Amino acid sequence: MPEIIIATNDDAAIVTSRGAVRELARSVGFGTVDQTKLATAVSEIVRNVVLYAKRGQVLFTICESNAGTRGIEVIIEDEGPGIQDLEIVLDGGYSTSGGFGRGISGARALVDEFNLESEPGQGTRVEMRKWL
Amino acid sequence: MANIPILRLEGYVIVSIQDDLSDQEAEDLQKRLLESLAVRTAHGVLIDVSGLEIVDSYFCRILRDTAAMAQLMGVGTCVTGLAPAVAVTLTELGLDLSMVHTEGNLDRGLEWLRGRD
Repeated sequence: MPEIIIATNDDAAIVTSRGAVRELARSVGFGTVDQTKLATAVSEIVRNVVLYAKRGQVLFTICESNAGTRGIEVIIEDEGPGIQDLEIVLDGGYSTSGGFGRGISGARALVDEFNLESEPGQGTRVEMRKWL
Repeated sequence: MANIPILRLEGYVIVSIQDDLSDQEAEDLQKRLLESLAVRTAHGVLIDVSGLEIVDSYFCRILRDTAAMAQLMGVGTCVTGLAPAVAVTLTELGLDLSMVHTEGNLDRGLEWLRGRD
């Protein structure tokens, strides 16, 4: 299973991560639209790490569903401040950075499976999967 | 990549973004673009993004803010060449770029700006 690990401590990590996942998606056989959706979702979540947690890691793997469908799994973890109002953030429109407040809710809309675990003061872990 | 040329043609300011930009690079470009409007009057701004494979919420906001700021300086902005996959993704992200005028390509963008003069 190919893995790419990136330390997210500056905004270049956003560009590197979205470029890497797009490349992986292309190699697995995803079309342009799905490559773009997945890369954009990764961009949004990695930016959160850069903005709030300063460092963390991104892990990409090619995975397979129970039904045998291939896909890509992205796990983005940090040891940052965590998310206080998780439900509000997942609904969208909530921002503390002056952005659109669409980062997390938007990323969720762009992938097939999205799971976010966050413990205030402990960190955040986002799991995303997109199937071919 | 960091030093994207800001061109002037017949009074129009033209920027073509061909590579993925970091947040900082996008912000720098925005600043240089607005500064170039202050130095010499322009009839309009054209931002071509046909080479961009990703426009996320941050870059979308940069585009929107740039157009709004140029407008405050009395200059209209047209964004051209959004790729189909980018358009689909922006819509699913729930991002609204409708306050920025868009055209399919540079020619159409220039035509639109000329019509405003």
